[in-house]
Amino acid sequence: MKAKHQRMTLVILALIAIVAAGLIAAWALRSQANYFYLPEQMAAEPPAVGQAVRLGGMVAAESIKTAEDGITVNFLVTGNTDDMIPVTYSGILPDLFVEGSGVVAEGSLQSDGTFLATNLLAKHDENYVPRELEGLEGHEKSDSYAETVAGLK
Amino acid sequence: MIAELGHAALWLATALAVLQMVAGALGLREMGLKNANAGVVALARPAAVVQAFLATLAFFLLLYAFAITDLSIKLVATNSHSMKPFIYKLTGTWGNHEGSMLLWVAVLALSGGLLAGLERRLPEKTMSATLSVQGFVALGFYSFLLISSNPFERLPLPAPEGSGLNPLLQDIGLAIHPPTLYIGYVGLSVAFSLCMGALITKQVTPDFAKVMRPWVLGAWVFLTFGITAGSYWAYYELGWGGWWFWDPVENASLMPWLAATALLHSVSVLAARDALRTWTIMLGVLAFSMSMLGTFLVRSGVITSVHAFAVDPERGSFILALLGLYIGGALVIFAMRAGYIAEGKRFTATSREGALVFNNVMLSAILAIVLLGTLYPVFTEVFDVRVSVGPPYFNPAGAIFAIPMFVVMAIGPLLRWKDDKPARIQFEMMMLAAIAISVIALVAFFGSYGFLPILGLAFAAALGVAALLPLRGRKLSRVPTATYGMVMAHFGVAVSLFGMASESAFTAEKLAAVSAGGQEQVADWTIELESVDPIAGPNWTAVEARVIATRGDGESVLLTPQARNFWAPSQATSESALLTTWDGQLYAVIGDSAGVDANGNPRWQLRIWWKPFVTFIWYGGLLIAFGGVLSIIGRLQVDLRRRSAIKRGKERREDAEAIGSSAAPEPAE
Repeated sequence: MKAKHQRMTLVILALIAIVAAGLIAAWALRSQANYFYLPEQMAAEPPAVGQAVRLGGMVAAESIKTAEDGITVNFLVTGNTDDMIPVTYSGILPDLFVEGSGVVAEGSLQSDGTFLATNLLAKHDENYVPRELEGLEGHEKSDSYAETVAGLK
Repeated sequence: MIAELGHAALWLATALAVLQMVAGALGLREMGLKNANAGVVALARPAAVVQAFLATLAFFLLLYAFAITDLSIKLVATNSHSMKPFIYKLTGTWGNHEGSMLLWVAVLALSGGLLAGLERRLPEKTMSATLSVQGFVALGFYSFLLISSNPFERLPLPAPEGSGLNPLLQDIGLAIHPPTLYIGYVGLSVAFSLCMGALITKQVTPDFAKVMRPWVLGAWVFLTFGITAGSYWAYYELGWGGWWFWDPVENASLMPWLAATALLHSVSVLAARDALRTWTIMLGVLAFSMSMLGTFLVRSGVITSVHAFAVDPERGSFILALLGLYIGGALVIFAMRAGYIAEGKRFTATSREGALVFNNVMLSAILAIVLLGTLYPVFTEVFDVRVSVGPPYFNPAGAIFAIPMFVVMAIGPLLRWKDDKPARIQFEMMMLAAIAISVIALVAFFGSYGFLPILGLAFAAALGVAALLPLRGRKLSRVPTATYGMVMAHFGVAVSLFGMASESAFTAEKLAAVSAGGQEQVADWTIELESVDPIAGPNWTAVEARVIATRGDGESVLLTPQARNFWAPSQATSESALLTTWDGQLYAVIGDSAGVDANGNPRWQLRIWWKPFVTFIWYGGLLIAFGGVLSIIGRLQVDLRRRSAIKRGKERREDAEAIGSSAAPEPAE
């Protein structure tokens, strides 16, 4: 093996590994990325039952109901149309989670048509709006200078 | 006056960066000829040193403005508050975009000054080129600061009161996490400049690697420490019980770390064995690109994240332009010069170099996985598809490359340089495999856990033993300090991996609505809610739960998680309460009031986790960083010893000459 050849071998091996990483990433991203739905999109073209997705919209007025156990919450999410998706969530609610405010729910659609949320992302202060909800009615980005660190996970 | 002084200092520093760049470049061109430019060329080093002083001065002036809450400065008015605790007034200096960029620039100038002031080993021409590149990099960031994010901007009328600092940032974590990360990022910029200098002057030699190594090691130590601190901060401050979220901004700090880890190992090969010349240069460029990209991701707001900073497209495009300029420029120089760099010493696949190269490639592949996953949401948004990428992608895709990396990491340090026979270490290999397999069998026998956590536990055990093997059969007092550094860092990886795997496999969680006096069971802990009371702090009010935790029949411990409401700015946060024992942490969070129980008593939401050995994640991180520190100490020791030996040798020669000349007989007249 000539001197030049070892360098070539190294370069080729490195390229193969990086290309493999790229292919694995591309394949895994297609299957594992978490898609975002508005309520009307979820009503029109529901994702597969059990598939991890994100649902974003406004919490409908007078829809938040706390169950008997004190930790399970049911509410409805609306978007730009009249479609509503019922959401169930067990856990500690985000600090500014109220009716009429925006919310992004991470979870999956169940066979009975409710959305079982494993995590809720809501507005954390007066300046911050989850990025997915920008453009929804009443959610224009605040132009305040204050930088915000919002608990988006 | 403070603001104007600071602003002037920044402009002066900018001018000096231009001088440094030009002087360095002239030094490159005119070295051969004694000409009129020699005076200018000699200015490159002083320019860097004075610049370091000016940029640091600007930063301390801003620090002072925050300390006295000078509300006529826009940055202070929008990010501070006169009633804030003093320590958070200070740390708030870099809790915002402009201030943190000023910190970045100050650290950049300081390290440039250190390099110019102290480094004498490199050929003068390489040094000139390095300083020139360093000046060019600094110039870009000065312009960024002065044009699009001036920290010293005045308000037309002083504000009556500041709008306060985000409560999540009012924590000691802010004093530690951003500065250490920035020092790490910036250390990589010095490595980048050195790489460019060596490439331009075709001096990619072991001597150059020895000069670069402490910078890479230092940057890597700070990055490791910064990431560890940031992870622990997010863990206790956000109240979600997680320690890593694969959040884009976390990834932005992980990517430079991965590149720096690869660079660190390859620069060691170059220093010790004179192999991997172009590869080291390439990694130097990659590491700095990643820290620039990290800055871009964090500062431009293109990505939704925990650190959702105010979005500013102008700043984003500015950093993107800088990124393109530096990386594009570096790649052009690389393409032009790579052919001139002769290939280094040869080695076989089964040698320590071979193992290091393999792991370099694995680290790069993991880097590619993280990079693609982080950028994918930005990419799909162009097509108006909104996605987020989380652990279901990163964990398995990363593991595909991490698993072979850990295997090679266990045996690599046992191999000899240049060429070795695997048969020589077959006993060690068998032993490590046996340890891993027995751990897998043991864990799988006692419960059903995920595939990756079980594998993690097995690797942690095998790696922990493997890390100590390089010390076997050696006289411990004669092992070089740098070797101890490697052993400790590798052992730290095992410790950290053990913490991660244990947390993910064995965590027990309980979520319940509890009234005063109510009890819950988590793992072997009994949790009793004693009471919930309102309390007040300097700039917040809160409800505080008094929770009694008892383990088995042991002693009871009081935990006080709080739900705080800050009033400047108005925001609610959850303060978790932690109980640390040697074998894990109990983590308690209080939520909202949750109606009443059957007897009409008010209930509160409580969330409790028992996380066995979770603290090992950060102990491991600290061990890794400390290993890096030991390694730096070891290298410096060797260098100092070498220098004094050279000095002694010289003195002895001079003495001998002196004696010789006086002893020589007088020439006869």
